[in-house]
Amino acid sequence: MNDLWRGLSEAVRLIVSLDAALIEIVLRSLQVTVSAVLIASLIGLPLGALIAVNRFRFRRATIALLNALMGLPPVVVGLIVYILLSRSGPFGVLGLLFTPTAMIIAQVIIITPLIASIAHQAIRDLWAEYHDLLISLNTTKRQRMATLIWDSRRSLLTASLAGFGRAIGEVGAIMIVGGNIDHVTRVLTTAIALETGKGDFGLALGLGFILIALAIVINLTIHTISQTERGGRW
Amino acid sequence: MVSDLLPVTAKGAVVRKGGKTILGPIDLAISGKGTTIVMGPNGSGKTTLLRLLHGLDRARDGSVSWNGAREDAHAAQAFIFQTPKMMRRSVLDNIAYPLRVRGASRKQARIKAEDWATRIGLGDALNRDAQALSGGERQKLALARALVTEPAILFLDEPTTNLDGGSTREIEDILSQALDTGTRLIMATHDIGQARRLADEVIFIHRGTMSAHQRATAFFEAPASQSAAAYLRGDIVE
Amino acid sequence: MKYFLLTIWFGFLLHSAPLAQAEEMRLAVTTSFHNSGLSKLLLPKIKRDTGIDVHLLVVGTGQALKLGRAGDVDAILVHSRLAEDAFIADGFAPYRREIMYNDFVLVGPETDPANIQNATSAAQAFERIWKTKSPFVSRGDNSGTHLKEMALWASMSSDTSSFTPDWYRAAGAGMGATLNTASAMNAYVMSDRASWLKFANKGALKLHYSGDPVLFNQYAYLPVSDDKHPHVQGAVARKLENWLVGSVAQNLIGNYTINGQHLFTPNGQ
Ligand SMILES: Nc1ncnc2c1ncn2[C@@H]1O[C@H](COP(=O)(O)OP(=O)(O)OP(=O)(O)O)[C@@H](O)[C@H]1O
Ligand SMILES: [Mg+2]
Repeated sequence: MNDLWRGLSEAVRLIVSLDAALIEIVLRSLQVTVSAVLIASLIGLPLGALIAVNRFRFRRATIALLNALMGLPPVVVGLIVYILLSRSGPFGVLGLLFTPTAMIIAQVIIITPLIASIAHQAIRDLWAEYHDLLISLNTTKRQRMATLIWDSRRSLLTASLAGFGRAIGEVGAIMIVGGNIDHVTRVLTTAIALETGKGDFGLALGLGFILIALAIVINLTIHTISQTERGGRW
Repeated sequence: MVSDLLPVTAKGAVVRKGGKTILGPIDLAISGKGTTIVMGPNGSGKTTLLRLLHGLDRARDGSVSWNGAREDAHAAQAFIFQTPKMMRRSVLDNIAYPLRVRGASRKQARIKAEDWATRIGLGDALNRDAQALSGGERQKLALARALVTEPAILFLDEPTTNLDGGSTREIEDILSQALDTGTRLIMATHDIGQARRLADEVIFIHRGTMSAHQRATAFFEAPASQSAAAYLRGDIVE
Repeated sequence: MKYFLLTIWFGFLLHSAPLAQAEEMRLAVTTSFHNSGLSKLLLPKIKRDTGIDVHLLVVGTGQALKLGRAGDVDAILVHSRLAEDAFIADGFAPYRREIMYNDFVLVGPETDPANIQNATSAAQAFERIWKTKSPFVSRGDNSGTHLKEMALWASMSSDTSSFTPDWYRAAGAGMGATLNTASAMNAYVMSDRASWLKFANKGALKLHYSGDPVLFNQYAYLPVSDDKHPHVQGAVARKLENWLVGSVAQNLIGNYTINGQHLFTPNGQ
């Protein structure tokens, strides 16, 4: 209980003093995670639409695989990405290990199945609603997918935000592929892990509260901009 | 233009769903100009027949063929569903959508869509969410969305069911304008008065089979089947 | 609007890309070294004297060696002699350079139920804990500290795999977390002195035994072989090595204190 209070006061102190190191890792957390969410959405949303709209041979298998991948432990993803990007691995020459890019890659792998899976469900429901109309209007497959993605954009925003939530709080994978290097790849979660390891639970908790606050602020901002609660028609 | 696509012929066409035959076998040919009215009691298969001809339902046995490639025929058609499907967009964008699909620019599509929305009586609702429209407004929107592409063949599945007398009149006016520009109408309706007003020929469906296919004058004077005669008398036909 | 936001975003990405002007190298160090706080003191001085930006990867000894073998770091700073010798024998480093040492201490419940405070050797202290089955928390993570602990158990021919979890708990965690665990369970634990002092005794633990030379903990710097991994920054790694054994670094290390206590004894040459 003591630690909780210390965590809260740490969080307040860090925020009030606009701690430079804190701002740096918060910005890096956002940079890595928002990039990962953008890329994962670019892959996951059309993938979800593709699976919803097209009947192909391995469709069921693909859905099952996506659902299974959602539960993939991030540490395993981290290890695989590490092995691939390691100097001794197949993509070693790129020199990407221990860079923010490597962290983005790992997060994209972690959240793409999640985003695709939620997108698939949302788009499948809308497809059931639109099916006859879109067939009747002689749309091409591409047009159907584009229409479904656009018209279910609110649910898809939720999918992307779910991806954001998973990515911003993820530590296992990015610790391995980013290395938690100060000023280079340290982000909120790896900093929390580091302070926990040192036994400084107060600071770790403080950073944890800031992480929670950040996630809430981002979600609120996005919802406000998109007016999802006010019945806006954007 | 219509003569390019017609006649449409069904040969022994059968539609099965959920393991049972819900329509057919149907043998029929539709050609010429004007309006074909499809009548029949609830659940008789009117919707299914329209969907079969439009290509939304496939014939399990037999065939449906247009004069020309199926794809070309389909592209020149429009279909107004019994329960109109509203896209999660504004009224304007709903009407503009078929044009956008056909490659029109956003601006052009909107200009034309606005014109149609006004003609159909939705000029004040352009920016409203289509899903918030009333039942009657939805049917009007569906009509505008169908006519905006100037289809050669227009299928209408009970398009005036939710409309009051005045609105029904407006819709029928618009339909006769479409007829004047050469659009071929194939329309299901329960409204015998409307059928009398609009029909050039009538198809009567009973329990999944076609029991009459006659010129309108002949049909209303002497329907070719017992069930049709009973239906016109207002008896309960099952 | 959307494009505007995207433009800002990518501008932000470019801006935050590291400016690769200064010399950079990656150094894998053990958690215990980093937790001592010494790296915070040394890194700015390294930058000032040599211009090198050292990117520290703080990992366990096992992972540090692994990173070195894969060529993912330019040098490693570890404290596990056996593993280091194997690393060199396999050709992943040309040699090891001793930098400094600190020592391990035995910490336990205030009441010292196993009575280790007047043990005559580390081995005897361990034996007493074992005989009394007093609760003991092990790192259990294959770190240098863990390996050292295992070696001490082995010296009294006790196989840790036969230890029962009612008294011997493998935490599988870093030193700080392990100290927290021991504190919560009021158990004995072996810690490097730096971590113990940094931990600032949040519970009721007490230092009961230290000083046996077998508890000395030698840190060595191993540059990764640039024969094995041509992309490794051999020259930069050697520059850092020379600085570490030089008088500036050795004095900084020798004078570093926490709560007035010296942590490290420099012995680089
Ligand atoms: N997917 C389906 N599975 C099973 N039965 C179906 C399916 N679709 C339609 N039917 C059945 O087929 C029959 C004909 O349906 P259809 O919709 O063509 O009737 P309808 O003449 O249009 O009736 P209404 O006047 O009520 O619109 C009905 O009995 C209906 O229940
Ligand atoms: Mg019907």
